Amino acid sequence: MNGFRQTAGVALTIARKDALAELRGKHAATSTLFFAAIVLLLFGFALGPDSRRLQEAAPGLLWLAIVFAGLLAVGRLHLIETQDAALEQLALYPIDRRAIYAGKALSGLAAMLVLGIVLLGAVAILYGIDLAGAWPALAATLLLGCIGFAAVGTFYAGVTVRMAAREVMLPLLMLPVIAPLLLAAVKATATALGGDPFGELGAWLQLLAGYDIVMLIAGAGTYGFLLEE
Amino acid sequence: MKTRVVGIIGLVAVVAAAVFGLFVVPADLNQGDAQRIMYPHVASAWLGYLSFGVTALAGLLYLWKRDLRFDAVALAGAEVGVMFTAFAIWGGMMWGKPVWGTFWQWEDPRLTTTALLLALYVGYLLLRRLTDDPSRRATRAAIVGLVAAIDIPIVHFSVIWWRGLHQTATIGDPSKLLHPSAPPLFIIALMSMLTAFTFVWGYLMIRRYQLARIDWQIEEHGRLGRISAARRAAAANAGRAVAPALDARTEEVAP
Repeated sequence: MNGFRQTAGVALTIARKDALAELRGKHAATSTLFFAAIVLLLFGFALGPDSRRLQEAAPGLLWLAIVFAGLLAVGRLHLIETQDAALEQLALYPIDRRAIYAGKALSGLAAMLVLGIVLLGAVAILYGIDLAGAWPALAATLLLGCIGFAAVGTFYAGVTVRMAAREVMLPLLMLPVIAPLLLAAVKATATALGGDPFGELGAWLQLLAGYDIVMLIAGAGTYGFLLEE
Repeated sequence: MKTRVVGIIGLVAVVAAAVFGLFVVPADLNQGDAQRIMYPHVASAWLGYLSFGVTALAGLLYLWKRDLRFDAVALAGAEVGVMFTAFAIWGGMMWGKPVWGTFWQWEDPRLTTTALLLALYVGYLLLRRLTDDPSRRATRAAIVGLVAAIDIPIVHFSVIWWRGLHQTATIGDPSKLLHPSAPPLFIIALMSMLTAFTFVWGYLMIRRYQLARIDWQIEEHGRLGRISAARRAAAANAGRAVAPALDARTEEVAP
């Protein structure tokens, strides 16, 4: 139990450090949000101006924007660790490696949630979608989707961060792996917005939760090997 | 020598199975000659999955034993697997056009899963190519291969759901792909093609493994060469630095 409390403490400290760094260097976070907003705007140009078509496609567009901007966000959270060999120093501490993974995943989750909430609002405004009755289901979808993205993203950002071609390799490796997440999150969002006439929402949320658990275990179990490099 | 025998058996067997599948077995009543594509298609799809299984297992063994030979097996599995999987998708599309009327059928969970599988392992191979240090490459590849292997069942399962939650997954049943009640001749054709392909697969796996070991030796040789070259250069520099001082001393001593 003590070990667990120590691990959780380390994870929280790392996440807090990342959040502070992100808040103090405001530009990076804002530019990611702007990038995502521009993506949503361009989707509108690609599919509009028929607003019905945009509304039908909105769940997919929302999650694609989250995925694209999220790739930037999780990539950057690891990139800051390459400055002054921060990750190497982190790896030298006598702590559980899983705590480092958990901390990075936690700050990734925080970034993804901010991104998701802002983009959900932007989708509602830009594509004219009424979120009023659907928000509990949407909140659950967003939370589960962001947990999965942060779990997978932290792992692949760790794999690619020391590569010269990381900007290409991170999406290349990560996008096929998050295909089930994208699929389930889009379906859950569409079901939530459509009022769930067939009672499918629970199944999609379960799929998301199962994906999250599997990927968190896989990430925590393998991340330590990356720190040995 | 023994490896070559495996290769020759594979080649002869593939030709024999092709002749059998093309000329001995009658055409399918519904699908016509297009159905014959199924023999190499199913065989290569199975071997693709087997290869990626080998890669995941070899990756695990590498992480456990830290022996680069396991990494060479993992590489062989991924590369041979990508080849067989690409061939399976290509064959599937050639079959899909006349039978389904379209190259790409989004309704088929196996097609979508296999396409993602191919993407996963092309990424895996690129990751390997872009990492220079052998043990770092082996570690990264092993864990990425492992996570990819974990992801595959989830992908398959989610795509089946995605098609429609209320449908039963009858298409997921491999026997249905051949024919609902496949006559024995069809099954013999498929099994002989699978056997022939497995020999080819074994031959390619062994050869790719051997090639990976040779590559590793060349890399190692190059690294040792660079170290000794650096040593020689350092020694030469040191000699040059010492030499003028010696010259100066001899000048002083000389009258």
